[in-house]
Amino acid sequence: MDMKEKILSVLDLKVYFTGNELPPSRAVDGLDYHLGRGETVCVVGESGCGKTVSALAVLGLVPMPPGRIVGGKILFEGRDLLELDEPELQKIRGKRIAMVFQEPLTSLNPVFTIGEQIEEAIKVHMRLDPDEARLRCIQLLDDVGIPRAKDRLKDYPHQLSGGQRQRVMIAMALSCDPDVIIADEPTTALDVTIQAQILDLFKSLQESRSMSVLYITHDLGVVADIADRVYVMYAGVIAEQGKRADIFDNPSHPYTQGLLASLPSRSKRGKRLHSIPGTVPNPAYKPVGCPFHPRCRLVIDTCKTQFPEMCEWGSDHLSRCPVLYDMENKQGGS
Amino acid sequence: MIATENNIALKVEGLKKHFPLKRGFLQGTYGWIKAVDGVDFEIAEGKTLGLVGESGCGKSTVARLLLNLLEPDNGEVIFRGQSTRGLSKDKMKILRKNMQIIFQDPFGSLNPRMTIGQSVEEGLRIIEVPRGERKDRVKRLLEMVGISARSADRYPHEFSGGQRQRIGIARALSVEPSLIICDEPVSALDVSIQAQIINLLKDLQEELGLSYLFISHDLNVVAYLSDSVAVMYLGQIMEYSPTEELFENPMHPYTLALLSSVPASEPMQELERKTLRGDVPSPQDPPPGCKFQGRCPLVEDRCRRGEIPFKRDEETHMFRCWKVG
Repeated sequence: MDMKEKILSVLDLKVYFTGNELPPSRAVDGLDYHLGRGETVCVVGESGCGKTVSALAVLGLVPMPPGRIVGGKILFEGRDLLELDEPELQKIRGKRIAMVFQEPLTSLNPVFTIGEQIEEAIKVHMRLDPDEARLRCIQLLDDVGIPRAKDRLKDYPHQLSGGQRQRVMIAMALSCDPDVIIADEPTTALDVTIQAQILDLFKSLQESRSMSVLYITHDLGVVADIADRVYVMYAGVIAEQGKRADIFDNPSHPYTQGLLASLPSRSKRGKRLHSIPGTVPNPAYKPVGCPFHPRCRLVIDTCKTQFPEMCEWGSDHLSRCPVLYDMENKQGGS
Repeated sequence: MIATENNIALKVEGLKKHFPLKRGFLQGTYGWIKAVDGVDFEIAEGKTLGLVGESGCGKSTVARLLLNLLEPDNGEVIFRGQSTRGLSKDKMKILRKNMQIIFQDPFGSLNPRMTIGQSVEEGLRIIEVPRGERKDRVKRLLEMVGISARSADRYPHEFSGGQRQRIGIARALSVEPSLIICDEPVSALDVSIQAQIINLLKDLQEELGLSYLFISHDLNVVAYLSDSVAVMYLGQIMEYSPTEELFENPMHPYTLALLSSVPASEPMQELERKTLRGDVPSPQDPPPGCKFQGRCPLVEDRCRRGEIPFKRDEETHMFRCWKVG
């Protein structure tokens, strides 16, 4: 998968939010990532690290004001989405790049039937007559595993369970055969058995339609389950990136290591859980230097003044911690 | 788990709560939600029982029944040898002092108009700590949960989610309970914060000899924290066993499915996934027989008739299924 064509790349993206008189909140602060064709990429991070904002920026959905895209590029098939005007963006959004949100109950309109809501996207983007649109709806609901799809078209969102609503959201996202699906915590509000169903659905859809999936989550368990590649985000930047195995077997940033060590599990019974001290910094008052330094166990003086560069641990395995890199490599050399 | 009568903090026997479904005013009942439908378990002093299950399975109703915030239809809650049924107001007050609850949502459970010091002090006032001593006690409580005593005059909105959860814990501790019901206390928190709160709960347990009922849908957390685990489905305990035994040797098909749907926290351990079909059914007028029949891969005729009794494997491992064991 190394040489996969990049379908979507985010380059040095900066999205700030300005409030009343406070310094701007630097939600996304120099973010780089890319998504290859047919690949599942997970962006993982804690709340407030900017993962959702970066996804909204891709679709031109950042509310402006208070939001402001300060810099960077978002290339989709070589075109910079940030330079497109609204009608042009409209042709891509929903048709080529679709999004699935976390909370299916608030993302669905309670006063329209699910049939009407799925058809809406089809009508906007594809020239189909009403009968064809309806058939397509039924097909889509079938694909995402809603039983008796034909009868369910007339249901309102409140008549469906949480898992079914999320399936409807996925059906809406699929309605125009997008090349890229951005899924923002699509299973966070669901029970584990339902989450397992939705994750299986994503995997099978991706295989059958060779879509690219950008999957945003805070759950490392989900990442371990579905990701080809992983980006670990902290305070608006990438802390570490790599293939799934790189991240889990050889985490090379103190933050990633801390996150993995702090996961509770049966094998850690009786032992104290590792915990990263402190909290995620307020994006308006980020520490100077490495944003992670106040919580880091390896902090040295340069961390407090210099923003760290990415260090290369392997092919496509990068981490923004020169301290750890130097330590390991010296050990390796001696 | 083999507990003698006097080291059992809490025992629950045949607990039931059915809610009537009513159509409009004066028109009578047309069905019943069997939220809790015969639940038994016990918690030994100083130990943790994990109660796991999916949303709607009745976990939180159990918590409310234990605290007598809801009156059970049937069954007994026995706290330190004493039934909580029909207690007088004064006795109830003593019970509540001994049993406290921590909620999931640290944003909704603190009064935004009270400083955190006032919130914690409220409990002290209720147990009639003399006014002069309260300030000191508040400080000690806050420090115990890792909040600087200097922040006592600040309001909840000034704190992060993890800090608020700590304040909720301090508030529960203020009346010196011996049992704390933790209703999804870490589900709303980020991973790095979650570990801090879990460690805090463990430390407090050791220090104060607390017993916990730890309600969660997160099997990894439960596996880490609990001494024994009860798996709940549609108002009934499906499997109940010491933690190690449950995870080593799960018996009930529901437990198996639940365990295999949990994304591996030990990465790369590829478990064969047994994905369940369908959603958790509604607890409204469930069919007779096994509660899990609608989603069970092993279902057969006799599962649809009559109550499934507990089977025992070893002394302490119980499960409700004909087909296994």
